[in-house]
Amino acid sequence: MVRYVLRRLLQAIPLLLIISLILFILISNLGDPLASFGGTRRRLPPADRERLTRQLGLDRPVIVQYGIWLIGNDWMKIDANGDGVYDEYGTRHGVLRGDFGNSFQERRPALEIIGERVWNTLLLMTTCEVVVLIFSLLIGIYSALRQYSAWDNVITAFSFIGYSMPVFWLSLMLIYIFAVNFRRWGLPYFPVSGMYDLGVGPTLGQIVWHLVLPVASLSIVSIAGYSRYVRSQMLEVISQDYIRTAYAKGLPRRMVILGHALKNAALPLVTIIGMDLPLLLGGAVVTEAIFGWPGMGRLYFKATNAADIPVTMGILVIISVLVVLFQIITDVTYTFLDPRIRYE
Amino acid sequence: MTTTPATGNLLQAEIERPPLTPGQVALRRFVRHRMALVGVGILVALVLYVTVGTVFFSEAEANYVDLRGKLSPPSWEHPFGTDLGGRDILARTIYGGQISMIIGILAVVVSVLAGVLIGAIAGFYGGLVDSLLMRFTEAAFNIPQLFLLIALAKFFGTQMPAFTLFGRSFSGSVVIIVGVIGLTSWMYLARIVRSNFLSLKEQEFVTAARCAGATDFSLIFEHVLPNTMAPIIVSATLEIATAILSEAYISFLGMGVQPPTATWGNMLNEAYNHLEGAPWMWFFPGTLILLAVLAINFVGDGLRDAFDPRSLAATQ
Repeated sequence: MVRYVLRRLLQAIPLLLIISLILFILISNLGDPLASFGGTRRRLPPADRERLTRQLGLDRPVIVQYGIWLIGNDWMKIDANGDGVYDEYGTRHGVLRGDFGNSFQERRPALEIIGERVWNTLLLMTTCEVVVLIFSLLIGIYSALRQYSAWDNVITAFSFIGYSMPVFWLSLMLIYIFAVNFRRWGLPYFPVSGMYDLGVGPTLGQIVWHLVLPVASLSIVSIAGYSRYVRSQMLEVISQDYIRTAYAKGLPRRMVILGHALKNAALPLVTIIGMDLPLLLGGAVVTEAIFGWPGMGRLYFKATNAADIPVTMGILVIISVLVVLFQIITDVTYTFLDPRIRYE
Repeated sequence: MTTTPATGNLLQAEIERPPLTPGQVALRRFVRHRMALVGVGILVALVLYVTVGTVFFSEAEANYVDLRGKLSPPSWEHPFGTDLGGRDILARTIYGGQISMIIGILAVVVSVLAGVLIGAIAGFYGGLVDSLLMRFTEAAFNIPQLFLLIALAKFFGTQMPAFTLFGRSFSGSVVIIVGVIGLTSWMYLARIVRSNFLSLKEQEFVTAARCAGATDFSLIFEHVLPNTMAPIIVSATLEIATAILSEAYISFLGMGVQPPTATWGNMLNEAYNHLEGAPWMWFFPGTLILLAVLAINFVGDGLRDAFDPRSLAATQ
């Protein structure tokens, strides 16, 4: 098992290098990084521009820039004062040594800026995954056990609609109903922007209250898809011989459903959730934009618009690493749930 | 009919007629799929909406700015209300729908071409070519599509000049969005095509064709590819829905098709700042997107069941 995980991690390294190279070439051509340098829209005088370009190493070929981004420039002579002479050693350590560079916009470490946001996105994502898992299992099992009942048909219809629902449309709808109109009707209403009320501060209650709408709009689409999946898996499993055996040896229904059927039905769901993580992260960009959630998605959008290479690249690398790690975790979880599967 | 069960009639009829081709079988099963027919119905209605609608509104009307009448709620004059520029939302959903649907279809053409080509070459040749192409596919798969879309849309920017087609002027960003969506959505199809090619190329009919002197090109496109058309058609259909959604997402974020060319997606862009004051601005285009995606998903599901030999018993 340990060897399997190690091998997967080793295999991930070339993959991540390919991803980062392609992305770096793409990201370094996004536009003029100096247009909003230091967070101002002020036009730089041509002389300053030229000096900054040399100082930041933006005048070098893309492939050299990628190398510097990757392994740093403290081993090579750079043009630190921008006078056109390569006379000093650089100070960057490169991504491989944990240095993501300084943000062009804010003049502080990109990692620091991303670090402020990444936990907010993870909070949103984890809550979503938990909500999605619980509800899709409950709904899926319920409709499988009562196949073709009135409730099953209602659930089927709703899940088709839910599955086709664009996340932004759902978000706008939820805001309109539960924030705008509830306030109008004098009912308790949900907040629509940020993580907490500035007057109250980041207390647990505030964050949970602010999480409700974004989590709902992100998870409803997934719940609709996954609950169908659980239902069809469940239907397949409960017609198996071992379920009949379990009933025949006198086990109570609850035990058969939860102990024998559910475990086998839920297995493939683990893989699917693992594979869909990039999709969910994509949805989070939109959700964060709508709900003013201070997460990575919004930061990414801002950084891309400003062609802030260190921040944009940092986010993409962190996401790629997260996705690869998550896939490995998924595979490992699979072996715990299904002892028949062994990785060599 | 009252005396003999329906299945009895069917079997009798099928014995008397010559056997059906796989395509005819699929078509038969498709028209018996209730959800799929509902989907086709909605799609036909939507296509009529965006085509027949042009008889009542000219494109100039859809783009006509009337600042005095901005943000007016639905009325007889403007059944869907007006937007920030006082433009009629009904007329804009008609012309925007055309663009959204065209973008959806063209983007899928791009993604199918890329996916089939990469998957076929990887699966057919195997070995080093396969592992290189598949590592590349995996790499592309690992980045959330929307993140890639944002970067690519920014990368290609808005330098494309506007162009005229069929007497209408389009924003150049339409071409960029088609390409960008197509180039970020081929990975899934490439994987399916590759795995089908891997198993099909070992079969005897391929060996036979090879012995008869078929070239690699002919083996790939004339012998193996036709045998894996079903999953390609199904996933291409479902992909149209995803492409329409992608266009909407990216236009919603303001990086998609640029005004004055309307799409269902970019009509939503300004709307969310007027969530409270002008709900009609996002409700109508959003609902049209929902309907289109829902209908395409129904049709895709119907096609999947129609092509799936295991669902034979279920639908007959």
